Amino acid sequence: MAGSVALVLVAALVGWAALPERRSWTATDQRLTVLSGPSGTEPVALDTRLYLPSDGGKVPAVLLGHGFGGTKNSVRDDAESLADRGYAVLTWTARGFGASGGEIHLNSPDYEVRDAQRLLDWLAAQPRVRTDAAGDPRVGVVGGSYGGALALLLAAQDPRVDAIVPLITWNDLGRAFFPQSAAEVTTPGVFKKNWAGLFFGSGAESPGGRTDPACGRFAADVCAAYLKMATTGTPDAATTALLQRSSPAPVLNRIKAPTLLIQGAVDTLFPLSEADANAKGIAATGTPVRVAWFTGGHDGGSGPQTDQDRTKFLTAQWLDHYVSRDGAAPENSFTYSRVAGFSALDRGLVTNGYSDPAYPGLTGTGRADVTVRGAAQPIANPPNGNPGGLSSLPGVGGQLSSLLGSVAGDLPGQHAQFDSAPVADAIEVVGAPTVRLRAASPTGSATLFVKLYDVDPNGTATLSGGLIAPVRLTGLPTDVAAARPVTVTLPAIVRRIDAGHLVRVTVATSDQAFLTPPDPVTYTVAVEPAVTLPTAVGTPIANPQVVWRYVLLAVLGLIVAGLVVVLIVRRRRLRRQDAPTVDEYAETPLVVRGLRKAYGDGFVAVERVDFTVERGQVVGLLGPNGAGKTTTLRVLMGLTMPTEGDALVFGHRLEPGSPVLSRVGALVEGPGFLPHLTGLQNLHAYWQATGRPAADARFDEALEIAGLGDSVHRRTKNYSHGMRQRLAIAQAMLGLPELLVLDEPTDGLDPPQIAEMRRVLKRYATDGRAVLVSSHLLAEVEQTCTHAVVVNKGRIVAAGPVEDIVGESPSVQLDVSDVAAAEQVLAGLNVRSVTPEGATGLIVDMNGTPRTEVVASLVRAGVGVDRVVPRRRLEDAFLALVGDNSRGSGDR
Amino acid sequence: MSAAATGYRATATMPILAEVRRQASRRRTQLALGFMALLPVIILLAFEFGGDGDDDNGGGAFASLVDLATSGGLNFALFSIFVSAGFLLVVVVALFCGDTVASEASWGSLRYLLAVPVPRARLLGVKLIVALGYSLLALLTLAGTALLIGTLRYGWHPLGSTVAAEIPAGEGVLRLLAILGYLAVVLLVVAGLAFLLSVLTDAALGAVGGAVLLWILSGILDQITALGSIRNFLPTHYSDAWLGLLSTPVQTDDVVKGAISAVCYATVFWALAFYRFTRKDITS
Repeated sequence: MAGSVALVLVAALVGWAALPERRSWTATDQRLTVLSGPSGTEPVALDTRLYLPSDGGKVPAVLLGHGFGGTKNSVRDDAESLADRGYAVLTWTARGFGASGGEIHLNSPDYEVRDAQRLLDWLAAQPRVRTDAAGDPRVGVVGGSYGGALALLLAAQDPRVDAIVPLITWNDLGRAFFPQSAAEVTTPGVFKKNWAGLFFGSGAESPGGRTDPACGRFAADVCAAYLKMATTGTPDAATTALLQRSSPAPVLNRIKAPTLLIQGAVDTLFPLSEADANAKGIAATGTPVRVAWFTGGHDGGSGPQTDQDRTKFLTAQWLDHYVSRDGAAPENSFTYSRVAGFSALDRGLVTNGYSDPAYPGLTGTGRADVTVRGAAQPIANPPNGNPGGLSSLPGVGGQLSSLLGSVAGDLPGQHAQFDSAPVADAIEVVGAPTVRLRAASPTGSATLFVKLYDVDPNGTATLSGGLIAPVRLTGLPTDVAAARPVTVTLPAIVRRIDAGHLVRVTVATSDQAFLTPPDPVTYTVAVEPAVTLPTAVGTPIANPQVVWRYVLLAVLGLIVAGLVVVLIVRRRRLRRQDAPTVDEYAETPLVVRGLRKAYGDGFVAVERVDFTVERGQVVGLLGPNGAGKTTTLRVLMGLTMPTEGDALVFGHRLEPGSPVLSRVGALVEGPGFLPHLTGLQNLHAYWQATGRPAADARFDEALEIAGLGDSVHRRTKNYSHGMRQRLAIAQAMLGLPELLVLDEPTDGLDPPQIAEMRRVLKRYATDGRAVLVSSHLLAEVEQTCTHAVVVNKGRIVAAGPVEDIVGESPSVQLDVSDVAAAEQVLAGLNVRSVTPEGATGLIVDMNGTPRTEVVASLVRAGVGVDRVVPRRRLEDAFLALVGDNSRGSGDR
Repeated sequence: MSAAATGYRATATMPILAEVRRQASRRRTQLALGFMALLPVIILLAFEFGGDGDDDNGGGAFASLVDLATSGGLNFALFSIFVSAGFLLVVVVALFCGDTVASEASWGSLRYLLAVPVPRARLLGVKLIVALGYSLLALLTLAGTALLIGTLRYGWHPLGSTVAAEIPAGEGVLRLLAILGYLAVVLLVVAGLAFLLSVLTDAALGAVGGAVLLWILSGILDQITALGSIRNFLPTHYSDAWLGLLSTPVQTDDVVKGAISAVCYATVFWALAFYRFTRKDITS
């Protein structure tokens, strides 16, 4: 049973998993050749896919761009979910990637952006796409990273764009690759070599076609710029111009499409400051801008489910309002999330969402100042940056927990540490902390990395998001005492620094993600005591998961309500059972009427049984094994439901649990005791279960009947078969029930005990009580019972007072010397039948002829008579059942 | 005229106290509860005499529960629960709930109880309540003993975990109680399953083993990530969600979902058990 349940469950699970999904859209792949380039005449073949909702008329469109190194397939999930929302979604592989033609121009306004403009033209020509004017599709542009920058650049270049949602993208590519965190310093920052290399590497793949080992599919100018900046670590004028051309920063004031900026807090490539710059630039012209942060990004991946749900919701809301124009206006609130801990189930991060009424920028809505201490310290720059400190693992992605954990490490001699005292109250840091740094260098310049650690009381230091602030300072004095402090803006983070934790500012000389000066040199650094932490106290966003709490309450409520209903119904039924059903039998201990029991497998244990047990009777239910005796008794005990007919005890119909069963004592199919309890304890445990007063039990009388002596204090598992049997009979007699039902009571008893049991039963059936005994032994029934019911093969074959049945039968068994002669003689007498039995025996139905006359006639005829045995009715009846069947039982 | 014998009331049959005593007299009950008290002692001795093993059991952030086990009584109790929750407690609950009806059937005493007559639903109800009571007692014995000897040996310190800040001892006790409460709810599934099997079979071992087996099967299926969201419907899927109660702020989402799952499963299993038992022919 359990096995089959498990099988069904497994089968259902597998079946469900294999079910085909139902789609509400169709997708068409197409190679579109568009005319692009500076002149607008260079053809390029783009690999596109258009998702169209299956039903409905004209629909708004979404242009969905992919990240660097991706293809149209990378955004399939997002495209499908937007198509499910009723948008026509056009995805394409940007030029230079995948199956599209062309070279990578790094979102150049003349190439990638123009390609996208041609795609807008194409969208406007599609019959199912809604248009604002001829050639002007109703379209939003969505994309992450490379696709996000394209969205910004396209919106700046083409006024047909109705709304954009750029995710985790850049504002200024030059700043992203040469970050400089020191304020009021114009020197280009430190080259982010790891990320730049990863970027370049992912564009170097060239499936067939061109095989330039140095440049891959990059356009010549982009390739040259990379090679130069990766070699020198500083951008020259041409490189700066190229990076500027590929950046939204200079064209933000031309963006009129409402913009939703989503940026990741675990992103060492395009940190939160990039989105901040975009937001400021776009909002400056009055275009609606909304900002959201999530716990993820180029390092952190797509983030926890709650964040994904939130960004997905914000995107849909933005598009629905500004593109589809049927949704409510989105609020202007700023939402972000903070790590709350690890999920217990999948070891992933768990974040809590918060919301502020307006985007506060990177300076927070409030500030907390902590004081760090430490003298100026000398730190060494390792030659060629080796060995280098570690803060992040660019390109590994998704290893969120390890990034936030203990990957970060500083090398001895290469870093200086400035700790605060344990903070008194928790600080909710939301934004970019600032410190003031003084540095001295014998060469006059220094490349440094400033980090802010949260140190717990156990000493474990955590670098939020693996984010660090690189600074490149020039014109430094050689003595730190003469150094002017510079303000260093650390990367924006979202973190709660718990009470009792320290704030640690670390200044290091090397980091594996950056290109550091090749020559060994020793700097001296000092950090001013005041560290400013921007704070925000966001309103927690109601977690949609909270709904499950109400579900839980509802489930519990339903269960309680269901239970109450069941209890009420049951109580009613119990009350009904109390009423006597057949008044005429109210004084009859047992009436069995037309009882039939067929088991589930078709076996009919009892065909039809009717009998009555009156007060004062000891009734024997006699039959061979398998005649249906035990099944009948089981029905009488309410253990088995009859298929037809019923049994009435004192007029009450027997059902499982009928209260009238309390007036019946039973031994059915052997004793059943708790093996670890003594005989006496068993009787007490049984009586306790009845819930009746102990005084009614008559333990002494029952124990006397059991006759176990001191053995009642032994555990029943050590009892012999006969002892158990006697204890079971005693248990059945507890409380002196008015009807005693005993199944094979003498089983296992020795002859003196059997004789005693007969006396006990006869005595018991006085005072209006009655006993029903089942047995397969003729002699037992004959000697114990006042009445007998003979059953065979599920039917009653004889019933009545024992003396009636036992009384002399009309037949006689004769053993004669000459069977043939005897038959001849008997034929002349008035007998009904003569049946030979064995070699010398004859069974004669006398038909009233006296035995003396038969014997006399035989002797007269010269036939010797050895034996004359009168037969009894009960034996007749019983033998008739068994018949000549050599198996001698009622097996069916 | 009343149908029943004098002194008989259906609602008075099988008093809960009688069933409690009936089960308490069994060696199985005594051994199980005794082991629950003994286990923390064994763990403590292992920590005392064991060398410094350096094997990472791959439990990720939660492996630190091992490192923190000796940092205080609360952490020791937490560790004892952590190591027992996956299997030991399942077996113990399955034992109490799976054995209760099936063993009566196998002794043959079930038919005599029903012939008293104890109404079938009442018999099941009392059996279930007492089995659940003993299961809870086992859980509390384990936690209580661990907390007691852990505190005696390692002192009374805040509840530490690497997933969040240290939790002050007072609140730590509340967290511990919440964890025990959630574990108790999750184990209702085992209790339900074992009880259903107990009603379906006369072999006590089959009911206990069957419930544990199905629990393990569910745990294995839960490991197969290819099953996707179907796994959310597995009874074991949320069995570890109590770890979320260690973080600050407390993560209750999975705990709530786990509670819904467990309560639904348990209700279905119990409903099936009552439905079946009140209708079946007792053949033992």
